[in-house]
Amino acid sequence: MSDFTLQCPTPLPVDGVVQLAHGGGGRIAQRLLETVFFDAFANPILDRRHDAAVLSLGERRLAMTTDGFVVRPWRFPGGNIGSLAVHGTVNDLAMAGARPLGVSAAFILEEGFPIASLREVVDSVRTAARDAGVSIVAGDTKVVERGKGDGVYITTTGVGEVIAPDPIDPSRIRPGDAILVSGDVGRHGAAVMTAREGLELDTVILSDSAAVHHPILAMLERGVTVSCLRDATRGGIATILNELARDARVGVRIAEAAVPVADDVASVCELFGLDPLYVACEGRFVAFVPESDVDAALEVLREFEVSAGACRVGTVQGRAGEIAMTGRLGVERVLDLLSGEQLPRIC
Amino acid sequence: MRFLDEYRDADLARRYADAIARTVTRPWTLMEICGGQTHAIVRFGIDRLLPKEIELVHGPGCPVCVTPIARIDQAIELASRPGHVLCSFGDMLRVPGSHRDLLRAKAEGADVRIVYSPLDAVRLAEAEPARRITFFAVGFETTAPANALAVRTAADRGLSNFTILVAHVLVPPAIEAILGSPGNRVQGFLAAGHVCTVMGVEEYRPLAAKYRVPIVVTGFEPADILQGVLMCVKQLEEGRAEVENPYARAVRTGGNAAARALVDEVFEVAERDWRGLGPIPESGLRLTPRFRSFDAETRYELGHIVAVESGECRSAEVLQGRLKPHECPAFGRRCNPENPLGAPMVSSEGACAAYYRYRPSGASA
Repeated sequence: MSDFTLQCPTPLPVDGVVQLAHGGGGRIAQRLLETVFFDAFANPILDRRHDAAVLSLGERRLAMTTDGFVVRPWRFPGGNIGSLAVHGTVNDLAMAGARPLGVSAAFILEEGFPIASLREVVDSVRTAARDAGVSIVAGDTKVVERGKGDGVYITTTGVGEVIAPDPIDPSRIRPGDAILVSGDVGRHGAAVMTAREGLELDTVILSDSAAVHHPILAMLERGVTVSCLRDATRGGIATILNELARDARVGVRIAEAAVPVADDVASVCELFGLDPLYVACEGRFVAFVPESDVDAALEVLREFEVSAGACRVGTVQGRAGEIAMTGRLGVERVLDLLSGEQLPRIC
Repeated sequence: MRFLDEYRDADLARRYADAIARTVTRPWTLMEICGGQTHAIVRFGIDRLLPKEIELVHGPGCPVCVTPIARIDQAIELASRPGHVLCSFGDMLRVPGSHRDLLRAKAEGADVRIVYSPLDAVRLAEAEPARRITFFAVGFETTAPANALAVRTAADRGLSNFTILVAHVLVPPAIEAILGSPGNRVQGFLAAGHVCTVMGVEEYRPLAAKYRVPIVVTGFEPADILQGVLMCVKQLEEGRAEVENPYARAVRTGGNAAARALVDEVFEVAERDWRGLGPIPESGLRLTPRFRSFDAETRYELGHIVAVESGECRSAEVLQGRLKPHECPAFGRRCNPENPLGAPMVSSEGACAAYYRYRPSGASA
C-alpha cells in the first residue's frame, strides 16, 4: 500500500459506476485496483505487483501474464490491435526476465466487423508472434451484438520461462540504481491520437509497438545485473516511475532533458496540450540497474534496433515514493501521478 | 520544434532573469492573467528564477475555472436528456457541478462527447439530424471566433438541431474588477497573448492610463514570460504605465480583424456571472438577436437551473490573486484532483491544479 502523504490520501472506497478514468492508469485507476481487486485477490504473488507473476515449478520458474486490448482505432500507423496484443504480452513476460513459451488469444468480435479486417488482425498476430519467436497455442472467439464493441477486442495470456538468475521486480530496486529508458517515449500514444482524431500532419508518426524481449534476454545472458524492468505502457514513463517508486519505497530523480522525445511526438503533444512523459509507449521499457552495470547494459541495449536509443534518465535517490525531476530551466519539480487520463485542453 | 524550443532555451531564460535582477530595486507584485501562463510558471519554475522582490500572483484567465457552477449543472442536465448530445472540450469534463461532473454524468448514461473544435459539433449535427447537438461554448476572446464560426456555419446550413451553451467571458472587465477592488495588490499585468492575438492591444490602453498600471502582452513560453516580467518591472521602476507588446510574433496591434468581425456578428457584450466572482457588468458575450435561436439555455429552457457554490472553496480569492493555491486550508487535503471543491483544481489552466501537479508540497519561491 502507498505511504500516507499529503499527496496520497488514504484510498477512499470507490463507488458509483465505472468511469473511463478507472482505466486510465492514474490515481483513480490505482484506487480501483487497490480497493476492488487487490483487496479481493490478495496473495503473495499478486502482491508483488509486477507485469508478470512468477510461479515455481520444482527448480524451474514460470512467468505468467494476462492482458486485454481495446485500442481504438484497431488499425493505427505502425501496427494494429493484433501486433499490439502479441507485443504487449511478450513484453510483460520479458519484464520478469522470462523467455516467452506460448501465448493464448481470445478474440471478442462485434457483429458486422468485416471478415477481411479480421483476417488482417489475425495475420498481424501471426507475423508478430513469428517475429517474436513464440506460438499462439490456444484461443477463443466470442461475438457480441453490433454496438457492443469496437469491432474487435483481444485478450491474451502469456507463459514464459524465467531465465534471470535473481528475481526482477520492484522489491529489488536499491538506492543508487541507475534508471535507463530504452528509447524515445510517447510514440504509440501520439500515433493513436493522430489516427483517432484524423489529424493530418506532414509526417506520419508510427507507433513504437514492438517486442522488446530480445535485448532484455541478451542483457541477462551476458550477466548484466537488472534490478527491475517495466514497460512504459498506460500512463507513460511518468506513471510507471511513480508506481515503482511507491511499490519499492524509493525516491526517483530524473532530468527532463535526458528523456528522449522525438520532435514529431513533442509537436503532437504540444498541439493536444499533453505531456509526453504521460503518453503511452508499447515498445519502450525502463530498466533499473546498479551503477556498476550501466555501461554494460547500455552497450547491449544499443545493439538491438528496438532499443538503439537507450539512455540513462536518472537515479534512484531521495524521498520514498517521490519523483523529482529537474526541468529544462534547471528548476526541480515533482513528477506526480495524474488523477485520471490527460484530457485535451480548450486553448 | 520551431517557434517553441528557442523560447524554452535555458540560457536565454537565465539572461532575462539576470536582467530582471539588475533592474529591480524594490518589491513589485505582478499578475499573469492567463492560466496557461500560470502553468508554464509553475511547471518550469519560472518564479524560482526571479529575485525575491518580484511576486507573481495568478490571475483569473482560466475559462474553465470561471464558468459558473450553474452552467455546469445546465450542461449535465442537457446531456442527460434523451436525444441530446453535449459536445465539449476535454477540459470541462472534470469540473465539479453541484452534484457531479460531466465525466460522471457520462458514465451514468449522459451523451457527452469530447471534440477538438466546435465545427466538429456542427458536423455531428449535420450527420445526426434526429439528435439535438449542443456545443459547450466556454472561453475568453480566444475561442470566441471559432464558436462564432460554428454558429454561423450552422445557420448557413440550416441546422436547427445545433445550439451552443454560452459561457463566454472577456479579459478587460476582469482586469478592471481586480484593479477596482479594495484589497488589490497588483501593480502590473502580463496580458494574455492568445487573447490579444484576436483582440489586439488597444482595449488595454484606457485601463493602463486609468489605473496607472503597466500592461505587457506576454506569450506562454519561459523566455516570453521572463521578457514580460522584465518589461513590466522596467516600467514600474521608471514610473511608466504603458501597454507594450513584446509578443509581436503572434499579436498585431489591431488583432485579427476577420476574427473580430465574426465575433461582432454573432455575439454581443452582456453581463456574465463568473464562478467565484459573481456577476460582472459587460464582462461576457451572448448571442445577438439574429442568432439567438442557437442559444441552448433559452431553446431548452435551462434558465431555471441555479446553483450554490461550496463555501469551503476559496477559488474566488485564488482567481483574483489574493490567495496562493497552497495557502488554502483545503488544498491537498479536502480538495484534490479526484475530489475537487472547485474548478481550479481540475482545469488544465487552473492555478490549484498547477500547484498540485508540479509543487504538491506547496512551497513557492
